[in-house]
Amino acid sequence: MPSRDEIFEKVKTALVDALGVDDDEVSPAATMVGDLGAESIDFLDIVFRLEKAFGIKIPRGELFPEDVLSSSEFVTNGKVNAAGIAALKSRMPFADLTKFEANPSVQNFANTLTVEDMVRYVQGKLAG
Amino acid sequence: MRWFWIDRFDEFVRGRHATAVKNVSLAEEHMHDHFPGAALMPNSLIVEGMAQTAGLLVADAIDYNRRVVLAKVANAEFQFDAVPGDSIRFHASILDLKPTGSLTRVTSKVEDKVQGEAELFFAHLEPGEGVPKLFEPNELLQWLDQMHIYDIGRDEAGQPLVRPDW
Repeated sequence: MPSRDEIFEKVKTALVDALGVDDDEVSPAATMVGDLGAESIDFLDIVFRLEKAFGIKIPRGELFPEDVLSSSEFVTNGKVNAAGIAALKSRMPFADLTKFEANPSVQNFANTLTVEDMVRYVQGKLAG
Repeated sequence: MRWFWIDRFDEFVRGRHATAVKNVSLAEEHMHDHFPGAALMPNSLIVEGMAQTAGLLVADAIDYNRRVVLAKVANAEFQFDAVPGDSIRFHASILDLKPTGSLTRVTSKVEDKVQGEAELFFAHLEPGEGVPKLFEPNELLQWLDQMHIYDIGRDEAGQPLVRPDW
């Protein structure tokens, strides 16, 4: 299994190619949407590139759980409710949701995912 | 008026690659102002020609079941301008094809020189995902006929493509 640094380098290449950002912008703490400017269509592109780079399969909704965020069961008045948070945690064990829990409005979610989350996600897939 | 930026296909291999031709003419209206006395084809329209070449290749590969929408243009580079009298050849290859999207690479050549290249990413949308119906079946078929896809197209086994009965 590749080391964490090797995974980071490949994730960085995928993000540089998909988002047209510079190498040095892709730091572990950078947020996908806020810092790197990823839009929804970019996530589809990123999924393609990660699958190819690592030889993994990424089912729709696994990396970015759009179905949870648009479900009336999990969202109340524009905020992800307790059941939704539980669903996100179980679906996204690779993501640090601490900050999001403090203000769980759906709009905020876009600024939750970081580059490090991507790395952890790939680590989990390769280990799994 | 329709938005046609390729004239015909010369090669079409289902799910793999295709070559389309675009003859640049001073009769095209946009040439008259772009630029007076020094007409050239805007590279944005060359990207559209690339997208029509690759987009039809992808749409055929998924049996026209979803809307194939150009979602991203990545790494586009151009070496020189295409001008009236040039015959541009677009060559598109499918790099990756999934139900939700596809990644293609397209080059444009004038004679043997690479004029431009780009990676084009298409999203495949199901009806109802915010995209209106793009074509009536008979209009689409008319376009495919005009592009000679069923005259020169082959499937992966080398057999002629069968014209659909829409």
